[in-house]
Amino acid sequence: MDRFPLAGRLLLVGRLAVRDLRRRRAEAALLLLAIMTATTTLTLGLVLRDAAGDPYRSTRAATSGPDVVASTVRVAESAGVPGPGKPARSTELTELAELAGAPGVVGHSGPYPVTAARLQASGRTSDVQAVGRDAGPASVDRPEVLRGGWVRDGGVVLEAAFAGALDVRVGDPVTLDGRSFEVVGVAVTAAMPPYPKASCIFPCMNGAVPGGEAGAEPPPGLLRNPGLVWLTRTDVRNLTPDPDSLAYVMNLKLADPDGAQAFSDANHGVAMQSWQSILEDATELAGDSQILLLIGAWLLGLLATASLSVLVGGRMAAQTRRVGLLKAVGGTPGLVAAVLLAEYVLVAVAAAAAGLAAGSLAAPLLTESGAGLVGGTGTPSITVPTAGLVTAVALGVAVVATAVPAVRAARTGTVGALADSARPPRRVGWLVALSARLPVPLLLALRVAARRPRRVVLGVASIAITVSGIYVLLVLNAFLAGQPLSGGYGDAQVEVLRRALLVVTATLLSLAAVNAVVITWATVLDNRHSSALARALGATPREVSTALAIAQVLPALAGAVLGVFPGGYALFAAVNATTGGDGGRAPLPPLWQLLAVVLTTVLAVAALTAVPARLGGRRPVAETLRAGLT
Amino acid sequence: MSDAADIPVLRARGLRKEYGKEEGLVRAVDEVDLDIGAGETVAIMGPSGCGKSTLLHLLGGLDRPSGGQVRLNGRRIDDIGEKALAQLRRTDIGFVFQAFHLMEELTAVENVELPALLAGRSPRAARRRAEELLERVGLAGRARFLPSALSGGQRQRVAVARALSNEPSVVLADEPTGNLDSAATLDVLQLFEGLHGSGQTLVIVTHDARIAATADRMISMRDGAFVDETWLTGGTTGRLGALIGLED
Ligand SMILES: Nc1ncnc2c1ncn2[C@@H]1O[C@H](COP(=O)(O)OP(=O)(O)OP(=O)(O)O)[C@@H](O)[C@H]1O
Ligand SMILES: [Mg+2]
Repeated sequence: MDRFPLAGRLLLVGRLAVRDLRRRRAEAALLLLAIMTATTTLTLGLVLRDAAGDPYRSTRAATSGPDVVASTVRVAESAGVPGPGKPARSTELTELAELAGAPGVVGHSGPYPVTAARLQASGRTSDVQAVGRDAGPASVDRPEVLRGGWVRDGGVVLEAAFAGALDVRVGDPVTLDGRSFEVVGVAVTAAMPPYPKASCIFPCMNGAVPGGEAGAEPPPGLLRNPGLVWLTRTDVRNLTPDPDSLAYVMNLKLADPDGAQAFSDANHGVAMQSWQSILEDATELAGDSQILLLIGAWLLGLLATASLSVLVGGRMAAQTRRVGLLKAVGGTPGLVAAVLLAEYVLVAVAAAAAGLAAGSLAAPLLTESGAGLVGGTGTPSITVPTAGLVTAVALGVAVVATAVPAVRAARTGTVGALADSARPPRRVGWLVALSARLPVPLLLALRVAARRPRRVVLGVASIAITVSGIYVLLVLNAFLAGQPLSGGYGDAQVEVLRRALLVVTATLLSLAAVNAVVITWATVLDNRHSSALARALGATPREVSTALAIAQVLPALAGAVLGVFPGGYALFAAVNATTGGDGGRAPLPPLWQLLAVVLTTVLAVAALTAVPARLGGRRPVAETLRAGLT
Repeated sequence: MSDAADIPVLRARGLRKEYGKEEGLVRAVDEVDLDIGAGETVAIMGPSGCGKSTLLHLLGGLDRPSGGQVRLNGRRIDDIGEKALAQLRRTDIGFVFQAFHLMEELTAVENVELPALLAGRSPRAARRRAEELLERVGLAGRARFLPSALSGGQRQRVAVARALSNEPSVVLADEPTGNLDSAATLDVLQLFEGLHGSGQTLVIVTHDARIAATADRMISMRDGAFVDETWLTGGTTGRLGALIGLED
């Protein structure tokens, strides 16, 4: 009858969705929070996945990184390591220089002189490999200066992770083999993995001394965990009285970067490292923190699902009468579904936006000092695919959450749906008969639990997931605390892993808290009528609140115990299996810690549920019983 | 009977509705035949549980019969799809419930315009119609109120206005005054009187004999079947309230 029959319906659907959300603000907020936690974690995971794989690649792009780094072979003379003989310095350098004209090479920089030295900065000492560079930019391998400037005579530039580990800043004085220099810059490069994974231009070793105690001295003449610094060519030469003891590096660009490994394998008589092998070394730690986040994301995903199921289930009960009403005045099943969907879509879009924002804000926490991690050249940013995926997942959640109530709404008879809220609570006779014999709060708690067995299971599962997560985090934390600089982790890297742990733990705990509140709230709403009736029959508000709280705390206790065993053990075993880690080395948490976790969980749940339970127990009886009539 | 105008608005033949099975079987509506002509007001009475609400739901397409037929304006509605039924409810049938069943989150005028919007009217046309209807039920001043801010009688008048939104062929009311005190009952009653006067076809289920007395025809039900049918004369004009003792 009108030209735009859709306009009115759209208005209606939008109005019903917005009004319902506004009327149930607390529920809407919880719904938003639950989806948002999931989208935040997802954003974080995606951003960091990009960050884990890409910083090296983006560093490579930003610094015009080499495809192959070639260097002269330096042999540790005093170490007595048998070398391929010592060719004349000039021959070696010529061979290196000739690579510039080798087939497939399309660009190069260098050869640059390199010397080994000992760097001293504010009491700390470290071996370094100092590369002599020109003041102007090179065509291949232009280290990106993060702070300060580039090399000048008397000025040294430190590789970023190395600078971070030594806590050296631009402007600090340092000495190299006793000569004074000023730190003029901090930079990242793609020509070498960041500290402490440096490639050995001079014979060197990274990590613990093989077969030796921690802190044992490496064989003399061998550099240990050398850092990378850049000087001017002149300064490098000045550091070394004997030109023959210099090594040389040259950076090559190939016509076919993917063939870099093959190029370096075809031994050209000099040492060569392909960008792929540098990437492999550089992302080792990133892989570890990624696994950590991956586990966290898994746990959080499970928790979010549990929390959503409860919320949607809780709302479903509340929606039934609206659905009946809409159908009675002529709403088709499609329209009813649209109304239900619209609400969740609104929440999901908001949650996606909030999650993307929160995730991108939190991401630098995990990657900023990760400049040391993989030489990231900036803060990770949200890409279009990330934003798209997060939004799609949030919308998917909305659709999935709506599917069940929509199908149910389409199936429910209109009459039955309308009668739903007006119908008095069931099994009243049973309640009256038993309340004389059992302690009231216990009886009511059992009844509350029995009404929604699925929700009790979700509650137990949600606590169990959280506790097993905490268990694994405890183990990992103890592991990190006991292993300074082992496994090739520098202080900065341990710090990054710790932050990742912290973020995962904090998110896990907040979502678990949201879950506890959501479940209690849903239970309170669900039991409005029976609670009111119980009070009409003589139960005190305190008894009703206690019952509602007991109905949450008992499942929490069960969940906490299950979360420690078998949950925590199983999860840790799974983590070990996926990472191929040697979990045997990690100490299991002591018994008192586990007991403390269980106890804290139960107390936390009790505290979290107290407020909604109290509110639920105190609602005026008459108002609640009358609520059906509108 | 050959005249098209003589086709009853509502016609039921052998209408049955059963719940449960075997010993638990309840015949809520048991072989009911019924014709309701255009402009007629029919009151249905009977003891609690005799099947009045069930019959009304079947007539209005809210529920599906176990057997028999229902025709609305000559068209069968007992065997059509869920969507067609929904469209029918929004255009040809107006419901008024004992428990009002207004959307709590919508204002009075928004509740009234809901069926018009569902029927695809433009928001502006729907709003104009809703305001007219609220004026007609005497609630023009309460248009922006939420149901929670209205009295029971006012809520029911909003519900009546909503039922009239799309000029339905028939208005079905299930104990519309069941939750109201006598003053509010009078308001609603006068509203129905007005509807009757304007030729609106009405079916009212009620426990209240005084309300039934205002109808053209009164049907008594027992155990799902009609046990008595009375045609009342002259009850629809004059001061009804006074006639049945609600006014002094
Ligand atoms: N969903 C149902 N399931 C089983 N039996 C039902 C159902 N709905 C109604 N009944 C039964 O059908 C019979 C008729 O119910 P109905 O609600 O139509 O009665 P009524 O005449 O409207 O009663 P009242 O005056 O109390 O509203 C009753 O015996 C009732 O128990
Ligand atoms: Mg009834």
